[in-house]
Amino acid sequence: MLYSWESNVSAISTNVDRTAGGSGSSSGSDGGGSGQPPQPSFLASVWAQSSRSFLVPILAIFTALVLSGIVIWITTGDLQKVIGPQGAFAGLWQGAVGTPRNIAATLMTATPYIFAGLSVALAFKCGLFNIGAEGQLAAGAVTTAYVGYAIKGMPFPFHLILALAAGLIAGMLWGAIPGVLKAFTGAHEVIITIMLNYIALGIVAYLLGGPMKDRTPGNVQARTPLIASEAQLPQLFAGTDWQMHLGVPIAIMVAALVYWFLKRTTWGFEIKTVGANPHAARYAGMSVPRSIIVAMGLAGMLAGAAGAFEVTGVTHRHELGFGAGYGFDSIAVALLGRTNPFGVVAAAILFGGLKSGASQMQFNTQISGSIISVVQGLILLFVAADVIITWLYRIKARPVGVSMALAPAALAASVGASAAETPVEDAPEMEPIAQSYPKTDPDMGDDSPTTKERGSGRYEAGGEEP
Amino acid sequence: MNICGVALDILIASVLATTIRVATPLTLGALGGLFCERSGVVNIAIEGMMLMGAFSAYVVGVLTGSLWWGLVGAIVAAGLMGLLHALLSVTFKVDQIISGTVINILAFGLTGFFYDQFFNRNAPSPGQLPTLGIPVLSDLEIWGRLFNHQPVVWAALLLVAVTHFVIFFTPWGLRTRAVGEHPRAADTVGINVFFMRYANVIIGAGIAGLGGAYFTVEVSRFSPGITGGRGFIALAALIFGNWKPINAWLATLLFGFTQAIQINIQQCVSASGSSDLPFFFLPQIVGLLPYVVTIIVLAGFVGRSSPPAAVGVPYDK
Repeated sequence: MLYSWESNVSAISTNVDRTAGGSGSSSGSDGGGSGQPPQPSFLASVWAQSSRSFLVPILAIFTALVLSGIVIWITTGDLQKVIGPQGAFAGLWQGAVGTPRNIAATLMTATPYIFAGLSVALAFKCGLFNIGAEGQLAAGAVTTAYVGYAIKGMPFPFHLILALAAGLIAGMLWGAIPGVLKAFTGAHEVIITIMLNYIALGIVAYLLGGPMKDRTPGNVQARTPLIASEAQLPQLFAGTDWQMHLGVPIAIMVAALVYWFLKRTTWGFEIKTVGANPHAARYAGMSVPRSIIVAMGLAGMLAGAAGAFEVTGVTHRHELGFGAGYGFDSIAVALLGRTNPFGVVAAAILFGGLKSGASQMQFNTQISGSIISVVQGLILLFVAADVIITWLYRIKARPVGVSMALAPAALAASVGASAAETPVEDAPEMEPIAQSYPKTDPDMGDDSPTTKERGSGRYEAGGEEP
Repeated sequence: MNICGVALDILIASVLATTIRVATPLTLGALGGLFCERSGVVNIAIEGMMLMGAFSAYVVGVLTGSLWWGLVGAIVAAGLMGLLHALLSVTFKVDQIISGTVINILAFGLTGFFYDQFFNRNAPSPGQLPTLGIPVLSDLEIWGRLFNHQPVVWAALLLVAVTHFVIFFTPWGLRTRAVGEHPRAADTVGINVFFMRYANVIIGAGIAGLGGAYFTVEVSRFSPGITGGRGFIALAALIFGNWKPINAWLATLLFGFTQAIQINIQQCVSASGSSDLPFFFLPQIVGLLPYVVTIIVLAGFVGRSSPPAAVGVPYDK
């Protein structure tokens, strides 16, 4: 089940345009229903898979927008305010993608969502729920800001790289804490990351109001001084009024890197296997604790990158309240992208568009920007409970057991139980992983003696576990 | 002995009174989560349910002119969020944490949107509730403040006892626990797993909504995001209290106590004007104590937490 998402990468980019409009729903429905035709051609099977994977999110977005439109209609009593030329959706569209400048703004707004969404998605792959993106983001942002303003006279690329690296490492360390606790004590990462969010935000609030406060005369805000110009990310369209920094293409490259990591490296493979079935992973000789710590550390690093790139590229300082709400939004982004790195990019751009379009909408119609949270919540609702969508649009049901497989099996395990104690219910699903193992990872053999040992047919034994 | 110009016994009394006051929404949130999780449904949506309760209490209070009706509205509206949570996680078998996240985001968006649309420019007051005191004790000069509280505070204390009794000494509680520990076995002896989960999630959500209403009742107004993450602290208290009502209540008192200390330090600082506090007495740092304690508890350094065995696992008949 994990693998089916990944075969759809090429299809995602073509679907991005459709997501924004929420249209094109009917065109795909004929392909969406294809259940299990006997031996379909390659193209047909790709189409069937991709339409199933993307039809539901697109319809979910469409339905969420329609419902939000109804909410606006009821509260304002004026349909023109919803779909009129000066209405909410027109404003949203205009603000998000109306002009090249706005498209640039959307992409820039999407950048932290890409990083934070990747963070949540990567943890998902290991069966972990990272609600701590907000705290990790804050840890990364404040560290980057500190390195950015505290060091003086360092030449351009080195200062920038150092500041970014500091933010990434801070995020990684903050993210690794729940990983270590989960791996060695079984403490549930959901609660730990929530608690660490508050701790991070509390410490950052203290730092911004105290030791790291901007001491320029007249400043009363809790914020750091501006970072040195050598530590700022270059603007891509300097001289124009398009605002886009170098972090935008980097974020997309990082998504590709995460895809490669999960698909082609030993650690990535182990992370996915632990996420799919920790019992089988342990039985196959993999270190479950190591995978959990690596996954959470990398997740923290990605969330830290969200903060680091935002500080070096956009705000050029860290201030109180920045990054609020990214924790939950990034969960929605990761789920909407079906935890596929490229899906995350598409979902992040959607969220970035919603966010940057919201201000235009608010300006046009005086409708509260909070409606965007409603849209996001509804999208997540319909993506998670895709039964509603398949019922609403009469799409043929997906095979039993797949529909709820947004998250790896281990995620359904209980709060408080450690990954190792997860009840094994999806053992048969290990088989495809076991079969594809030599294919997906040709470099496995020359890694270490232990991995060689693993390759010797122990996966099959894992698959047979009741 | 005077601290910040306040006599020690007055200070202690006011810290304790503040503890009870700020612990109230946490207590109700934890009890709400307890019903939910004891029946086998993870509830990270306490925050969203509380926020919905706070907003509904405000709206109904403004519309009817009585916060008593506001409390009823809070319980009903949060109960509807509970219905959504149950629908998603019990019937549709959506991952319960995702379902909770959906409710948190939706509650934040809906309450913020409707508040901005209708009340932002002129926010009328929803009125006030009378404080109820215990007859003789509340007349004491210094310690009286400990026995003089809003009705919701008393309701919270009462509900702690009621919940303890219901969960551990009634057939309903036995069934709830059975469904949360081993739904298959419960089903075999004729307990309707789906019904028990639905009912408990909705009851729990209603209680959490009452806790949220307390925010509105306390300050006689609403502001978007007024719960400020207290739902998650309630969840932490529930886990800290090992899914037992009285222990969870004690945990909320601990969290309330640190917050009360924090409030008093802040008042002390603003009264005296000095800000030369030792690091660990800074209000921001004292405020972190509950979270650190929760992590220590969860990591098993104080004692293992033992959640209901089937919590988080959807039941497939």
